[in-house]
This record gives sequence, C-alpha cells and structure tokens, in this order.
Amino acid sequence: MQEMLSQATTLEALQGFVESLRDVYDIEHLVYHSVNPKGGQYAALTYDPSWVERYIEEDYARIDPVVQSAYRRFHPVDWKALDWSAKTTRQFLGEAIDAGIGNQGFSIPIRGPSGQFALFSANQKGNDDAWAAYTNERVSDLILIAHYLNEKALEIEGSEERGPVRPLSPREKDTLTLLALGNNRANVAETLNISENTLRVYIESARFKLGATNTTHAVAMALLHGLIVV
Amino acid sequence: MIRYLYADQLDALPKLRDSMLRDRATQFHDRLKWEVRVDEDGFERDQYDTLNPLYVIWETQAGTHGGSMRFLPTTGDTMVNDFFSHIIGGGEICAPTIWETTRFCISPDSESGSQTAAALMLAGAELGVGFGLSHSIGVFDARMVRIYRKLGWSPEILGTDGQGRDRVSAGLWEFSESARLKMAAKAGISPELSTHWFRRAFGLIEKPTEKIAA
Repeated sequence: MQEMLSQATTLEALQGFVESLRDVYDIEHLVYHSVNPKGGQYAALTYDPSWVERYIEEDYARIDPVVQSAYRRFHPVDWKALDWSAKTTRQFLGEAIDAGIGNQGFSIPIRGPSGQFALFSANQKGNDDAWAAYTNERVSDLILIAHYLNEKALEIEGSEERGPVRPLSPREKDTLTLLALGNNRANVAETLNISENTLRVYIESARFKLGATNTTHAVAMALLHGLIVV
Repeated sequence: MIRYLYADQLDALPKLRDSMLRDRATQFHDRLKWEVRVDEDGFERDQYDTLNPLYVIWETQAGTHGGSMRFLPTTGDTMVNDFFSHIIGGGEICAPTIWETTRFCISPDSESGSQTAAALMLAGAELGVGFGLSHSIGVFDARMVRIYRKLGWSPEILGTDGQGRDRVSAGLWEFSESARLKMAAKAGISPELSTHWFRRAFGLIEKPTEKIAA
C-alpha cells in the first residue's frame, strides 16, 4: 500500500489510494480532508457522492461535531468522545446513518506546516466493544497513514517537481548516509556521538519526511531522490 | 488536579487561564528576563498560544494556576524548529509521534514547586503513554537541567547555545510507562488517579449517564 502512495503524483491517485485502503482495512469508510491556510480544501473519501453533495449543500460542517471539534485538536479522537447531544446534531447523525455512514468513527487530526490542517477518519458499523478492539489494534497505523497521506497531498498540491516537501536536516542526512553505508545503529550513534535513543528520533523524523515505512525504505528513498550520496 | 485543556477549552475557564498567563509573565519576563511580550493585562502570550495548543495545567484547590506547560505536535509549527534549529544541528525535527513542550512554568505562589513540577512531568508522560508518542522535544534554560535531574527524568541534550544565564539547550524526553510511574511517585499522585484524570479529560471514560442507560 505504501508503494502505491509513494508513487501517487495526482490527487486522483490519492482518491484511488483511499479507496484501496478502505478495502484492505475491510472497513465501511475512510475520509481524508485537508484545509490549507488560504482556505483551499481537498478531500479523498469513500462516502456516497450523494451524501457528500447533501453535506455541502446543507453546510453540515457547521454542526458536524467531528469537524467542529476534532479539527481543533491534535490527538486521535473517537467519535463517542464528541458531543452529539444537541437536537440538530442528532438529526444530522440520523441522516448520515441513513446515507450509509457507520455509527462508529475515529479521527486523526493532522497539523501541517504554516497553519495547514487535515483530518483522517475511519468509519465503521458495529458495537462499541468491537470498534474499541479495532481501533486499539490499529491506532499507530492509522496515525502514520494519516500523516503520510497528508504529506503526499501537500507534495502534490505544492510543487511541480516531485519530492518530499520537508527537507532532511543535516543530522538526518548523516544518519541515513551512515546507515546506507552498512553501519548498524550502534555504530552510527557512536560515529555521530549521540545516543541510540536520539538516533531513533532522527530516523523517525527522516522516515516521516520521506514517507517511508521503515528505516531501509527511508534510506532507499533518500538515495532515490538524491538527498544523500554514498 | 491535573487538567488537560486545549486553548479553546481553557477560554471557558478565565480564572485558570488568566492566572496561568500572569504566572508565565512573572516567570519568563520578570524573573528569567526572556525577551517575551507581556500585554496590558499582564499576560505573557506568544504566537504559539494562537495555534490552539494543548496545555497541561496543575489546578489549585482555588481553581487557579499552580503550574503548566504547553504542547504542540512537531508536524506543525513549533518553537524549536522555527527559532532553535541551529541548536539541533540545523533543519527540523518532525514526526507525528514527537510533540514539542514549551513554557514549563511553576506558579510563584506554589507551596511545593518540586511536587508541582513532578505532577506536570507526570502529565507529560501520561500524554506520551496514552497517545502512543515516542518523545517530546523541548528548549529550556540552564537552570532547568538541574530541576529535571532532581526529578529523575532528564532530557537527552541535543545541543546547547549561549553562556551562563543565557545558556539554552534543546533536549528529548523518551516516553515510557516506567517514567510515568516514577513521576507519579515523585508527585505523590497515584498512577491510577493520574490515568483517570487523563482519560476523563479526553472523553475516554463512559459518561455516568451512559452507565445508567446501560
């Protein structure tokens, strides 16, 4: 899946990715929605187009607790933790369920550079216990996917030339270069005169910037983009 | 009690918010002589307070500020990446699992500063463990190094700049359950109670009405 995402060069391809991901996760719906600082919006989602149309027409973003609340947060939010008590909110929920939206949801808010923000939501039909088990097992995965998707959308929207939007820092380049040369983590940490714990942070940050699934993938991506030379 | 409040939630608690911003003015402007802006109300606020950050606050019995710190994810704008990049060797550290912590503040009225400090560190650990974060990154002045050491949870220094009183460092805290338990012991707060406060703040506990309904 990660490969498919890293090769995406258009927003249409991201839509395709979200649809495939929904199938892999065997879940009702996935929704990615981004708002840039100028107010521009972009969405890739699996909801029925007629529901999306109705949602925009009725300007449901005004009362949708997911939009109203989760967007202002940056921790993962189960929809149950949101306030659905208002009458208009309950009506909205009823209509959404009629439109095929599941009764369970989990959203990952994303803060991007320069005030950009986005939300990635997973939606499912089912009871509370099954949903809690599902999200507990996948929360780390969902967080990573949400952020990779966001970085990819920023990259596609942002520039003509493809490549990660956020440059690697000098220490991240040093780290990946030494790893590319076949050193193990302990050696790299020793060479750079840092602890393995700090090294982990540089690797994690580099992986995020490169949209890499693991360290080997990060090294390969950095070489591919010519960001490091060995 | 430890409170976890985003800026828009804190606005609903003006007494707590205002006393925090005043205590920050006292600590960072008056005592540490940092180049921070204090407005006509005596509040110390910067641009990161406008990004709807998450505050961890020790609330006193009277409902005022006992101590606090501020969190923002490093995928968005952070102080360390915007202003202290040179300390961390250039460039930015960004990852969904790393949050920045800033404005670590203890109220001058606090009766037990070290216990409040431990409670704040406990709250940080709670966030890390509860949300699956790997590290937090922060920029702090020289005097804090000793405080963190005394608390028994020292950051790993990434870099340092300046001399004497102007010495600032950037450092990393690794989140772990053991750090959480250690801070709970130092703060004199049971780990169970601490988790309860955390879960309640983020709506992770069933509301009493739902229990009745079930």
